[in-house]
Amino acid sequence: MGTFFHGLTLSAVVIGVVALGVLLGDIAYKGLPHLDWQFLTSYPSRFPHQAGIKAALAGTGWLMALTAVMVVPVGVGAALWLAEYAPRSWFANLIRLLIANLAGVPGIVYGLLGLALFVRWMGLGRGVLAGAFTVGLLVFPTVVVAAQEALRAVPDSLRQGAYALGATRWQVVSRVVLPAALPGILTGIVLAFSRAIGEAAPLILIGALTFVPFLPRTPMDPFTVLPVQIFNWVSRPQEGFRLIAASGIIVLLVVLLSLNAFAIWLRNRYQRRAEW
Amino acid sequence: MVAVRRPAPSPHPFRRRRGLIRIREQAIALLLLACGVVSILTTVGILVSLISESVGFFRQVPLGRFLTEREWTPLFAEKKFGIAPLAAGTLLTTLIAMGVAGPLGLLAATYLAEYAPDRARRVLKPTLEVLAGIPTVVYGYFALTFVSPLLRAWLFPQMGVFNALSAGLVMGVMILPMVASLSEDAMLAVPRSLREAAYALGARRHQVVLRVVIPAAFSGITAAVFLAIARALGETMIVAIAAGGQPRLTFNPLEAVQTMTAYMVQVSLGDVPHGSLEYQTLFAVGTALFVLTFFFNALGIWVVRRWREEYR
Repeated sequence: MGTFFHGLTLSAVVIGVVALGVLLGDIAYKGLPHLDWQFLTSYPSRFPHQAGIKAALAGTGWLMALTAVMVVPVGVGAALWLAEYAPRSWFANLIRLLIANLAGVPGIVYGLLGLALFVRWMGLGRGVLAGAFTVGLLVFPTVVVAAQEALRAVPDSLRQGAYALGATRWQVVSRVVLPAALPGILTGIVLAFSRAIGEAAPLILIGALTFVPFLPRTPMDPFTVLPVQIFNWVSRPQEGFRLIAASGIIVLLVVLLSLNAFAIWLRNRYQRRAEW
Repeated sequence: MVAVRRPAPSPHPFRRRRGLIRIREQAIALLLLACGVVSILTTVGILVSLISESVGFFRQVPLGRFLTEREWTPLFAEKKFGIAPLAAGTLLTTLIAMGVAGPLGLLAATYLAEYAPDRARRVLKPTLEVLAGIPTVVYGYFALTFVSPLLRAWLFPQMGVFNALSAGLVMGVMILPMVASLSEDAMLAVPRSLREAAYALGARRHQVVLRVVIPAAFSGITAAVFLAIARALGETMIVAIAAGGQPRLTFNPLEAVQTMTAYMVQVSLGDVPHGSLEYQTLFAVGTALFVLTFFFNALGIWVVRRWREEYR
């Protein structure tokens, strides 16, 4: 019985690993043949062999840049407030509870929020900016939680030493705590964005187009992103589109992998400096 | 006796600078508070958008009809507005997914927490985390182009291309790391003394795990399950790609079904004018979805908090 149970639990893990392997293998098998320079630099088309992922890559780039500019300061700011400025009040606990709940709200509901608030009420239309706001709100709880963890990990002795030297709270935070927590915060941000890159549902809701034969030039322009473009191709019945969808997936996974590798590199680099 | 002279109470430069510093500190504190308040604004925003548009919908379609009618055809000429088919689709795929992720996730967590040698754990745990990081469009693609044809060729030749089973199975694989990770945390939090006491009484490892660790970690594991259910309920891309596009009130996994989330995607892809009844169905269905996921999420969070206090 003992060995049986041991084997049972091991097989559960093995099933997961095998599923991953099969998935990646299948994608590679279907998508690698069509992954060429022409694919990376063309616009979508009615014909699978001419279609490309250029617009989706540009859209993803735009979206992530705009989202980062907005979410990183606000998310880290909220984490700073929760960790350093008001840790024990009922109000802070309410905010923590709200953030925990917001983290569990499905992406598509954020899409509804974006549709009603940014696209319609604020009149931003279906542009990249509306998308950035929507995805920004989606990612906000994750950034706050990650930054909070990083801030909490900073030893209290550092803070107390700084206060003892007569520093104001902001001086302690900006010159001692934040630099110490920076590797953790950066890693958390990058991981939060790894999730954001793969989000399709909220963007479809706010109107990310599925056929975009142009590059967005202003934040109000219509756009598409990698996951939405892939979704569009998968939904078409022609076999050719199914295959280039796999190529698109490979591009998406490579982007994700690079992002995660970058996060790991960042963490290693900054951790070497902050040794105590 | 020495006379000590006080400094003249003139506008001293240091005193002025101290006032400025205080203002700056308070301004920064306020700014950071405003960042935290974004969470309140977001919550309010979600509730207001959902409610305001749903109110418009429910003025035209009474709630009773929404809940009890058995067909969902708001885009056809003859409009029916019963949420039951969409809800059935959502529940069916979620059930299948949890049927995969629940047992397998718990078993995997058991292996990682209780059996795995350190070297194996260092390789296997990140591998499972990779599963969690794969975008759901990719899973949807896999379900449609690999799992479904495989099932049709080997097990269910009469099944259609779009079916709840393929989507549900793949969703289960996607959620498995979440269940595994949270359950593993729960099991690792069980104090070593409990295990050691069991070993001292002569128990073998599987007995320790099944009769001591898992019951002790039970609330954490339950929380993991609730949170995973909420995740499955809200999942969109896998079901939009692989489960089907026709609402059907059925619990047969071999049939094509449409979930609440897939319906919302379908409507958004079409040409739906703002303010029309079809547009409002988006929000009515969205509200129903939000209520469901919020319930399970809140339950999961509450169980986690209660459990954390027990070990203080």
